[in-house]
Amino acid sequence: MHEELVAIKGVNDGLLISLSTTESWQSVTDQLAARIDEKAQFYAGANITVELGERPVPKYELSSLKALLERRGLTLSLVRSESDTTRNSAVSLDVPTDNHVAPKAPDPAPLETAPVNPEEKGTQGVLFRRTLRSGRTIHSEGHVIVFGDVNPGAKVIAVGDIVVWGKLRGYVHAGVGGDESAIVCALEMSPSQLRIAEYVVTSPAGKRRKIKPEVALVRDNQIIVESRE
Amino acid sequence: MSGKVVTISSGKGGVGKTTATANLGISLASLGKKVVVIDADIGLRNLDVIMGLENRIVYDLVDIVEGRSKLRQAMIKHKKFDDLFLIPAAQTRDKMAVSPADMVKLTDELREEFDYVLIDSPAGIERGFRNALEPADEVLIVTNPEVSAVRDADRIIGLIEAADKGPGKLIINRLKADMVKKGEMLSSEDVFDILGLTIIGIIPEDELVLSASNSGVPVTLNMQSKAGMAFNNVARRVIGEDVPFMNLDDSPGILQRLVGLLNGR
Repeated sequence: MHEELVAIKGVNDGLLISLSTTESWQSVTDQLAARIDEKAQFYAGANITVELGERPVPKYELSSLKALLERRGLTLSLVRSESDTTRNSAVSLDVPTDNHVAPKAPDPAPLETAPVNPEEKGTQGVLFRRTLRSGRTIHSEGHVIVFGDVNPGAKVIAVGDIVVWGKLRGYVHAGVGGDESAIVCALEMSPSQLRIAEYVVTSPAGKRRKIKPEVALVRDNQIIVESRE
Repeated sequence: MSGKVVTISSGKGGVGKTTATANLGISLASLGKKVVVIDADIGLRNLDVIMGLENRIVYDLVDIVEGRSKLRQAMIKHKKFDDLFLIPAAQTRDKMAVSPADMVKLTDELREEFDYVLIDSPAGIERGFRNALEPADEVLIVTNPEVSAVRDADRIIGLIEAADKGPGKLIINRLKADMVKKGEMLSSEDVFDILGLTIIGIIPEDELVLSASNSGVPVTLNMQSKAGMAFNNVARRVIGEDVPFMNLDDSPGILQRLVGLLNGR
């Protein structure tokens, strides 16, 4: 019965919390709080993806959920929902959202006959469609695309790749969790610090290189930057 | 008639918000507009000092909000301009004494009567800034051409955008043309490159600003001052005039001409 209301499981470098879509919001959030408090140490600092299914969650409810997590040192980094209301609430709270649903028991027949290439199936990502200014941070379990600049003082942290369609001047970390095949690309590559998996580089000081689109990747145990023209 | 609420903000302290607010208020009044300026920096007021109205304060913003004073009673008329008023900040309280909703209510009342309601926002990103931002129709962000001020301006602009008040317009204050020329100071182009905001004013560094602030006669009233002229131009752009940016680079030119004369050319 308890497990029905709230399910918590580990994914990549964060936690996926699925909340019952039928029980009252109050009892669901109460139980969530209790569950987290049981293992406060273990959960502290985690990035949270919350799965809300088809339940329409108004802004005030979602904001209290966000506050509930933040009070316990957790960051609400993604809201998954099939409801437009919930997704709108998330957008107005500046929380990334997608309508991806937890894979239900897949239909086995087509899988057997035509195995889907995981690359074609696509990976989860976040698209941010304006300039990411100082003080803002984007965390993602997947890839991050910024359609705008990443200004000094802003941070992008992704398990996957980071694509900046604009000037990259802030802090970026791709391949968090150790994926050395992750890449970072930008139309103007001058990050204050750039990390891929465990590797770190800073932009050469003072030099004004020719501005061109570039890609950063790990090769021979170091980060290199290649131009793509 | 419904006036416009313009908030002057910056993020970092000491970049010239209050100076800009006082000068804009005076310039707008001299252009024939009815203007009220509100000092939202509760606890650290100084707009009244810069406008030379300190000794006339009886009631303040917190008195209005808490009902001890009528709006009219707390408004101080400027010495030179009959259509320019100041609502001073309280000195003894802190920013929590006023809520964003209070500010909206107050400015809605003022809109009825005035063409422009200017709000001098406190530095920082906390309650005082929220108070100043909430009622704004337009936000002017003051910054200096230096890296730390631009960084804080960027932070503020992010918050302004998140509150759907954005993106705002930029006033670059205390620009030194000769230092920019030598590459020792960010140019207005550099600032624009980072912030990506429309620039509504570029104010040159001018010693007259400081002496004007100390004497309580804002520099706009001094026709000799380049900064004063620049503030005047900002006011004209605020009311929708298309004013070209002045050339800030002529002082070395004059010097060179003098050198040229001495050399007998």
